[in-house]
Amino acid sequence: MDALKKIVDKVKPHFEKGGKLEKFHSVFDGFETFLFVPNTTSKQGTHIHDAVDSKRTMIVVVLALVPALLFGMYNVGYQHYLAINQDVNFFETFIFGFLAVLPLILVSYGVGLGIEFVVAQIKGHEIQEGFLVSGFLIPLIVPVDTPLWMVAVATAFAVIFAKEVFGGTGMNIFNVALVTRAFLFFAYPTFMSGDAVWVRTGTTFGLGNGSIIDSFSGATPLGQIAVSPTTQVQLGGITGNSIGFIDGFIGLIPGSVGETSVIAILLGAVLLLVTRIASWKTMLSVFVGGAAMAWIFNTIGPDTAAAHFPWYNHLVFGGFAFGAVFMATDPVTSARTEKGKWIYGALIGIMTIVIRVLNPGYPEGMMLAILLMNIFAPLIDFYVVDANINRRLKRATIKK
Amino acid sequence: MANLIKTRRGLDIQINGKAKEVIEKTIISDEIALIPDYYCGITPKVVVKEGDIVKAGSPVFYNKKNEAMNFVSPVSGKIIAVNRGERRKVESIVIENDKKNTCEKFIVKSPEKHTADEIKVLLLTTGLWVYIKQRPYDVIANPTQTPKAIFISSFDTAPLAPNYDFVIGSQMTDFQTGIDVLTKLTVGKVHLGVKAGNTIFAPVKNVEITPYEGPHPVGNVGIQINKINPVNKGEVVWTINAQDVLFIGRLFNKGIVDLTRTIALTGPEVNAPQYCNTIAGCRINQLVDGKLSLNVTHRIICGNVLSGIKVTTSGYLDPYATQISVIEEGIDTHELIGWAMPRFNKFSVSGTYFTGFFENKFVQKILGKKNYKYDARLMGGKRAIIMSGEYDKVLPMDILPEFLIKAMIAGNIDKMEALGAYEIAPEDVALCEFVCTSKLPLQQIVRTALDNMKQEME
Repeated sequence: MDALKKIVDKVKPHFEKGGKLEKFHSVFDGFETFLFVPNTTSKQGTHIHDAVDSKRTMIVVVLALVPALLFGMYNVGYQHYLAINQDVNFFETFIFGFLAVLPLILVSYGVGLGIEFVVAQIKGHEIQEGFLVSGFLIPLIVPVDTPLWMVAVATAFAVIFAKEVFGGTGMNIFNVALVTRAFLFFAYPTFMSGDAVWVRTGTTFGLGNGSIIDSFSGATPLGQIAVSPTTQVQLGGITGNSIGFIDGFIGLIPGSVGETSVIAILLGAVLLLVTRIASWKTMLSVFVGGAAMAWIFNTIGPDTAAAHFPWYNHLVFGGFAFGAVFMATDPVTSARTEKGKWIYGALIGIMTIVIRVLNPGYPEGMMLAILLMNIFAPLIDFYVVDANINRRLKRATIKK
Repeated sequence: MANLIKTRRGLDIQINGKAKEVIEKTIISDEIALIPDYYCGITPKVVVKEGDIVKAGSPVFYNKKNEAMNFVSPVSGKIIAVNRGERRKVESIVIENDKKNTCEKFIVKSPEKHTADEIKVLLLTTGLWVYIKQRPYDVIANPTQTPKAIFISSFDTAPLAPNYDFVIGSQMTDFQTGIDVLTKLTVGKVHLGVKAGNTIFAPVKNVEITPYEGPHPVGNVGIQINKINPVNKGEVVWTINAQDVLFIGRLFNKGIVDLTRTIALTGPEVNAPQYCNTIAGCRINQLVDGKLSLNVTHRIICGNVLSGIKVTTSGYLDPYATQISVIEEGIDTHELIGWAMPRFNKFSVSGTYFTGFFENKFVQKILGKKNYKYDARLMGGKRAIIMSGEYDKVLPMDILPEFLIKAMIAGNIDKMEALGAYEIAPEDVALCEFVCTSKLPLQQIVRTALDNMKQEME
C-alpha cells in the first residue's frame, strides 16, 4: 500500500495545474480517489462525517445487480443450447453466456465512462460515479443479440443528452439506462421489437456451433401475448414447451439479459433494502399498483389476451420486477418526498399495465411507464412540498 | 408542566470520550482574547488601545450597528494587543490577566423592580446581551424588538455534550434570577425544555416547562420552538443557552459580570475527559496541554463535533462554547480502496456499513459496545444531492430540509421563506450534514442563506 501511495504521490505533480499532464487532471483525480479515500478534512461545519459516500452507494447498487447479471449470463447460454438442442454442462453454458454478454458490458462502460471522463475534464469537476450503475444496467436491459455499435450509439446519446447536458449525476431528469433502452427501441424498431434478438442463435467467439431446431421460436412471453389471436394464451418457451408463473419466477425464458429471473432480482432487492439505498415505499408501491391495475383488467377489462393475462403473471414476466427494483427506485429521477414516493411508485405500476394491455404496439410497458413518471416526479413533489408550505402559511399571522 | 413531546427522527452518534462528572480545577489563562468573529452579525468598533487597564465588565468594543451593545472584558488586566487583519478588520483583542479579578460594579435591584427597558440597557452595557439570540436568522437578538416567547433548553443532546444537571445544578439561585430577568423581556412565556424525567429543573418558577424525549437534535432549542410555538413570518422568538442564563443571574444577584463557566473537555483523543471551570476567551493550550493522546494530529473543536468551531492550541475559547472536543485530524490517513472495504470500525447511518449490525441490542450483548473510529475527513467527494430522504430522517421538524437547502443554494428568498427558513439555524442541520452522502457543507449553506435573507428583508 505504501509503495502504491508513493507512486501516486510521485506522478501527482504532473497532473496538477502547470504540470505536463494537466489536461488529464480529472482522470487522475478519479483514479486517485478510487485507490485512496480522499484525506480532505472539513474546514468548518460538521467535523465528523458519516462513512458513506457516493462511491460506496454506487458499488452497493452494482453488487445488487450481480445476481441478475450472473443468472442472465447463464440464461443466455441455456437458451442458446436449448435452441440448437445440445446438452452441455453448467460450466460451458455459463461460459457461452459470459462471452456473449461481456462485450455488451465493455462497450457500455467504455463509451459511457469515456464521455464522463471527457466532460469532467472540460468542466473541471471530479468524475462522478453515477455511470458505474448506469453502465452496469445497460447490458442487463438489452437483448443479447443487440449489435454492439447500436449499444455504443445509444449509450453515447443517453449519457450526453439525458445526463451531461443537465449537469451530470444528480441533476438528470431521466434514468440514463432507460434512455439508452428507449433510444434503441425507437431508433431501431425493426430490429429491436422482433422475435430474433432475444436468443443468441449464432456462435459466440466460435463457441456453440450447431443448427437450430425446427420448432424454435424466439418470442418473449409478452411478445406472444401481444400477437395472440385468442384471448387465452398458453405461453411457450423457445422449443414450444409450455411455461407458466413458476418459469417466469425462475427465469429460464427468453428476454433481455438481466430481466428474466425474479429470484435473482429479489436477491438484489434484499441488498438494496437492507442497505436502505432503494426506497421500500417506491418498490412496494410499483408492485401493488401493477397488481391492482392488472387485477382490474382481469375482472372488467377488454376481451383481449393481454387483459386476460393473470395479474400475478404480469409481475414476473417481462421487465416488471427489474424495473420496479432497480429503475423506479433510482433516487435521482424518482419522486424525492416520502409521500411522493408512494404516488410515484403506484403510478409506474399502473401505467405499465395500462401500456401492456391497451397499447398493441408495445408489448412491454415498464420502460415507458418509468420514463413517463420521471417527467411527473417533480410535479408530484411540487404538490407534497406545496402542502408543507400551506401548513406553514396557515399558522402565520402576517400574510404576505 | 406541559405534556411530554417525543421525537423519533434524529441520531445519537456513538463516539467515545464522554466527560466524567468531576470538576478538575479552575483554569483561567494569563492571556484572554476577545474575537469579534465569534459573534454573529456584528461590526466591532474598538474602544480600548494597547496599554489600557480594564476591569472585568469594562467594554472593549461595541457593535457599530447598535452602539449600545457592548462587548466586555471577562477579566481585569491590561490590553496588550489589538490585532487587525486585512482592511483593518479586528481579529482579536488580547488582554493580559492580572489575576486580581477586579470587577466593574453595576447597580442592580431584584428583577421584578426593573422595567423591561432598564433590563435591556443593563444587559447591553454589561455585554451579556450578546448571549441572547433570535430566530429568525440565528443572530444576536435585536433589542428594539419584543419576542413572542423566549426559549431555553436545559439539556444538550449533541455528541459528548456536557450534562447541564451537573453544570447548573449547584447554581440554581443564579439560574432562577436569570429566568426572572428574562420573563420581563417577553410578552409571552419563557419556555424551558427539560429531558423527560428530569428533577433538577422541575422546581424552576416563572417558566413553562416542557419535557422532551428522543435522539439528538431534540435538545436543540430550534426543534423545541418548532414543536411548541413555531416562528412565522414577522414573528421573533429569542433563545439563550441555559448556561448563559447563569451570567444574567449573577449580574442581578451580585452586580458584577462573572463569565466563568464549567466546560466539558471531551472526545476520543482526550486521555481523561472531565469538566473544568474556565472563562470565555481562555487560551486553548492552557486548557488542553498534557491532556491529549500522543502521536496523533489533533483537531480541537470549541463546541461539539457537529457544529463547533475549529481552533488551534494558540487560539481562544469561543464565548458560547460549553465544551471542547478533540478528535483525530486524519489528514495522514490513506485508506486503500476504502469505499469497497468492509470497514468494520466506521460509523454510518446508511445501511452500506455494518453499523446497524453492531448497534443491534442482541449483537451488543455478545460483542460488547463497538468503538467507532472518527476523524475530520469528509470520507468522500462533494457531489450534487443524489440520495433522497436522508435529511428528513435526522430532522424532527415539520420542514422539508432537502427542498429548503435547494432553495438556499439557489438563493430563492421567497421559496426559503415559504419552506421554513425562519425556523432554522445552522446547528439544526448539523446532523443532516453528518449523514449527507454528497458531503455538502449544509451548515455553511444555511448560514450564508440566512445572512443574505436578513440583508434583503431588513
